[in-house]
Amino acid sequence: MTELLVGTRKGLFVLDGEPGAKFEITGRHFEGQPVDYAMRDAATGRVLAAVTSPFYGPRIWYADELGDDWTAARGVALPKGGDEALKRIWVIAGADDGATVWAGGDPGVLFESRDGGATFALNEALWKHPSRPRWRPDSGGLSVHSIAPWPGVTQRIALGISAGGVMLSDDGGSSWHHGNDGIVPDYLPDEARATAVDLCVHHLERAPGRPERLFLQFHGGVYRSDDGGRSWTDIGAGLPDDFGFPVTVDPADPDSAFVIPVTTAERVVPGGRLLVWETRDAGATWTPRGDGLPERDAYVQVLRQAFDRAGAGADLELYFGASSGEVFGSGDGGATWFCAARRLPPIASVRTSRLT
Amino acid sequence: MAVVRLRGQLEKLAGGREHRVDGDTVNDVLHALESELSALEGWILDERGVLRRHINVFVSSEPADPETPVGADDQVEILPAISGG
Repeated sequence: MTELLVGTRKGLFVLDGEPGAKFEITGRHFEGQPVDYAMRDAATGRVLAAVTSPFYGPRIWYADELGDDWTAARGVALPKGGDEALKRIWVIAGADDGATVWAGGDPGVLFESRDGGATFALNEALWKHPSRPRWRPDSGGLSVHSIAPWPGVTQRIALGISAGGVMLSDDGGSSWHHGNDGIVPDYLPDEARATAVDLCVHHLERAPGRPERLFLQFHGGVYRSDDGGRSWTDIGAGLPDDFGFPVTVDPADPDSAFVIPVTTAERVVPGGRLLVWETRDAGATWTPRGDGLPERDAYVQVLRQAFDRAGAGADLELYFGASSGEVFGSGDGGATWFCAARRLPPIASVRTSRLT
Repeated sequence: MAVVRLRGQLEKLAGGREHRVDGDTVNDVLHALESELSALEGWILDERGVLRRHINVFVSSEPADPETPVGADDQVEILPAISGG
């Protein structure tokens, strides 16, 4: 059975089903509250959810089983008495050691947990990074929204920050360095581009089978790195627009990536035709995949956390949630698609687990 | 000591609706409340010590702000604001 944790503007929806048919809503949590992200940690089975109460602020909640009471994680806050307050948690990622969990948020912060997400501490090195004064919030805020752990090596992490570019650590977050070479921010004057750090990364995804390879959806541009995120090559040629938000990959194929372009001007899918674009040659060519997706009048957007996968290779499943409240899925790696759910609230995130 | 009255999620976190708290102003009372009831830390005041935007405070039924004086016989009510969509 495949489980989808769907974070929406009005709560967390748990959907269960098999690819090819409508999924059942088997649970609702945090009803009425914005759930910005929810995931099941593959190493522990624990479910963690980022909820931004309009009244009481942002928190991470966790439950070892859906149906258990939720517990608020401790330590998800900025230093008391400072000039800033935590606005939102954008992403939660677990390492494969069964203990380490990271959470990224606004204003450009990373929290780390060594007990599976029960308690967190602010990553001081990123918080005090010398380049921070040169980071700039985009329309969604100043967010650490992408966390790409290196499989089997918890010391190596890549982050995507809007707009603070790519940050890399080789020592478990004790220090951070930029990984922006080759990224071209065309929203800045020519003269400013080479030294800019306020790079508006939209999403970052690592190829698990070849961890030095990452794919990046930029604010205008799709990029690939083959050196762990230090430098980047533009691979956006062949897409209908190089603007978009989410990226995912087939873990069995390090040459694979899937994106959902939207138009630069409108921020909806081009021409109302909802398509997932796939590469199987590391970005040299792109192929549209839309069999079963709406062919017209679909003026929707898919946000950066709302596209995920389960399985790999011949068993690759893909799922994404749209601003329209629909969840679409594919049980055959994107060749054909089905509608897994309709009429949910606007979708912020979709995370997928294959449950046995 | 003023009486602070909580409802809903705050009441649940605090383990009760009414709490006697010292303080000369709303700001003092809220800081003292979070200090005495650690389960409330961060729920009413953010990390800066600022009252969260969508929480309303009333002192003896009158809308109050952080600088509003609080007397020993006052009731301080903390309520979610009218907001959302």
